[in-house]
Amino acid sequence: MSPLLSVEDLTVELRVGDEMRTVLKNVSFSVEAGRTVGLVGESGSGKSMTVRSVNRLLPDGAKTSGSIRFEDREVLDLRGEALRSYRASDVAMIFQDARAHTNPVRRIGDFLTESLILNGRVGRKQATATASELLEAVGIHDAERRLRQHPHELSGGLLQRVMIAAAVAARPKLILADEPTTALDVTTQAEVMAILMRMQREYGMAMLFITHDLELAGSVCDETVVLYAGEVVESQRAEQLHRDPLHPYTAALVQARPDIRQRAERLSAVPGHPTTAYEAPEGCAFAPRCRFAQDRCRTGTPQLVRLGTASEAGPGGTGLSRCVRAEELRGRLLSPDTTDTEEARR
Amino acid sequence: MTAPLLQVSGLTKRFGSGRNEAVAVADVSFDLAEGGSLGIVGESGSGKTTTARMVMGLERPSAGSIRYRGVDRSAPPRSAREWKKRGREIQIVFQDPYTSLDRRQTVGECLAEVVRLHFPMSRGEVRDRVSALADMVGLDDRQLQALPRALSGGQRQRVAIARALAAEPEVLILDEAVSALDVSIQAQILNLLADIRAERGIGFLFISHDLAVIRQICDDTIVMRYGEVVEQGRTADVLDRPQHPYTRLLRDSVPQEGWDPLASSAKR
Repeated sequence: MSPLLSVEDLTVELRVGDEMRTVLKNVSFSVEAGRTVGLVGESGSGKSMTVRSVNRLLPDGAKTSGSIRFEDREVLDLRGEALRSYRASDVAMIFQDARAHTNPVRRIGDFLTESLILNGRVGRKQATATASELLEAVGIHDAERRLRQHPHELSGGLLQRVMIAAAVAARPKLILADEPTTALDVTTQAEVMAILMRMQREYGMAMLFITHDLELAGSVCDETVVLYAGEVVESQRAEQLHRDPLHPYTAALVQARPDIRQRAERLSAVPGHPTTAYEAPEGCAFAPRCRFAQDRCRTGTPQLVRLGTASEAGPGGTGLSRCVRAEELRGRLLSPDTTDTEEARR
Repeated sequence: MTAPLLQVSGLTKRFGSGRNEAVAVADVSFDLAEGGSLGIVGESGSGKTTTARMVMGLERPSAGSIRYRGVDRSAPPRSAREWKKRGREIQIVFQDPYTSLDRRQTVGECLAEVVRLHFPMSRGEVRDRVSALADMVGLDDRQLQALPRALSGGQRQRVAIARALAAEPEVLILDEAVSALDVSIQAQILNLLADIRAERGIGFLFISHDLAVIRQICDDTIVMRYGEVVEQGRTADVLDRPQHPYTRLLRDSVPQEGWDPLASSAKR
């Protein structure tokens, strides 16, 4: 079965003044129908740019190459009516800041019915009824009152539910969620995630889920794609992300995060700071911060290599890692030693 | 027994009046020992930031008292002199390193200004003090010459910490000071804060919504909801054996291995 969304060798450059800056380099991954794929990374990793590319929301003057296939269409080639219909009924976007993406002077009802009337070609009355049902579905019970309210009268969590209702209104096949719960309190996050996952199951939608939160990605995604400096550095089954990271960067993130269950003597901080694709050094972009880096990491450009992953849940799957030492470091990435054993021996 | 360094009792803040009155902080009491580390955990609207602002002297309490080394400092200072004196006692680091620095001032000038304000020093002494501060938080000479816009978020937060330490306070309030940072940078700053506390014996009042961060940095923790303290105790006890249902809800809502948002939210 071919995937619903298939991104191949996607490279994106943005115009900044007179220069073109690379923000994504040969990004490839795919999303099967009904599945959730997490895009994980820190600032500048390119996760938002990836999603913007899929929804064709890149800024003016952006240069793209590679391919984004959605079912049988090439998304990068869509124009006019075809692009409009793709955005209206095939993919839907949920942003981090719901308040910035709603019109403060329009009512919640207008916000929800506008697209239904425009795209579904239904009347206002029918659209309002559908909007009420949608609000009920995302757990907002006094729908009639809410439809008459303005965004400022709703809390952040409620407004994000309205965003989810609007996103699923057209029954899209793919939800693009860009840090949908990052601005929410932790108890609200749990509620909103629950609603999002329930809707996803009910309607059979796939989801591309962006987050910087490894724990969240590990719990809600089927697969995770880890980005660093505009490149995919690792991809594998989400539940293995913590237990068996395949790339030193993922391992470093897992170890840098404080643990709610115990205090660490000292956190394993990663030296330096995250970089973007256009600032990245020659060779492996993570090498300057990597405790496993060797000379060959700084010269050669690492390719994605396929590794077998064992899993308690069932037969071992496979994962990808963009590290020249991936095979030899297998299973040692989370070891507490601060220096690499091979180098220490020399 | 000596009195704690900072003693907050019955602290209350009401905004508005009559029918529009809202209680932001209700009868909050806690002690911070010298060199201690107290976490205040809560969600939006819990009153944790308002509490910090009152302790700092940026907001006037409606009731209750704040005592520092036994001396009352409940109301905001009335004179510049009083502000200066209090600046040597408590300093604050805010969440957003992008808006809490003057964008026209180099990092070095920013630190020197605070040093000169609090200590009568020669130019040479100020310069030495500024490089000692920069050293402490891990900023190099090039960064001291730079304007804030040339720095990353983590570097700016280091500047904010150095600026707070320049007055040599005994208490540092950190209001979501690591929340906006990338995970890899957050670990650097948390280690830095632990070092500073160990070396200088500064007390921390650490405000955060992030329970894992609280666990890493705070010995004691109070949990706030709707302006009230619902639970307080040693951090390990509060997180491992939460007594109040709200603390339990907070704990269960944190994504971790085996976490299921469907199950977690159904319990509400």
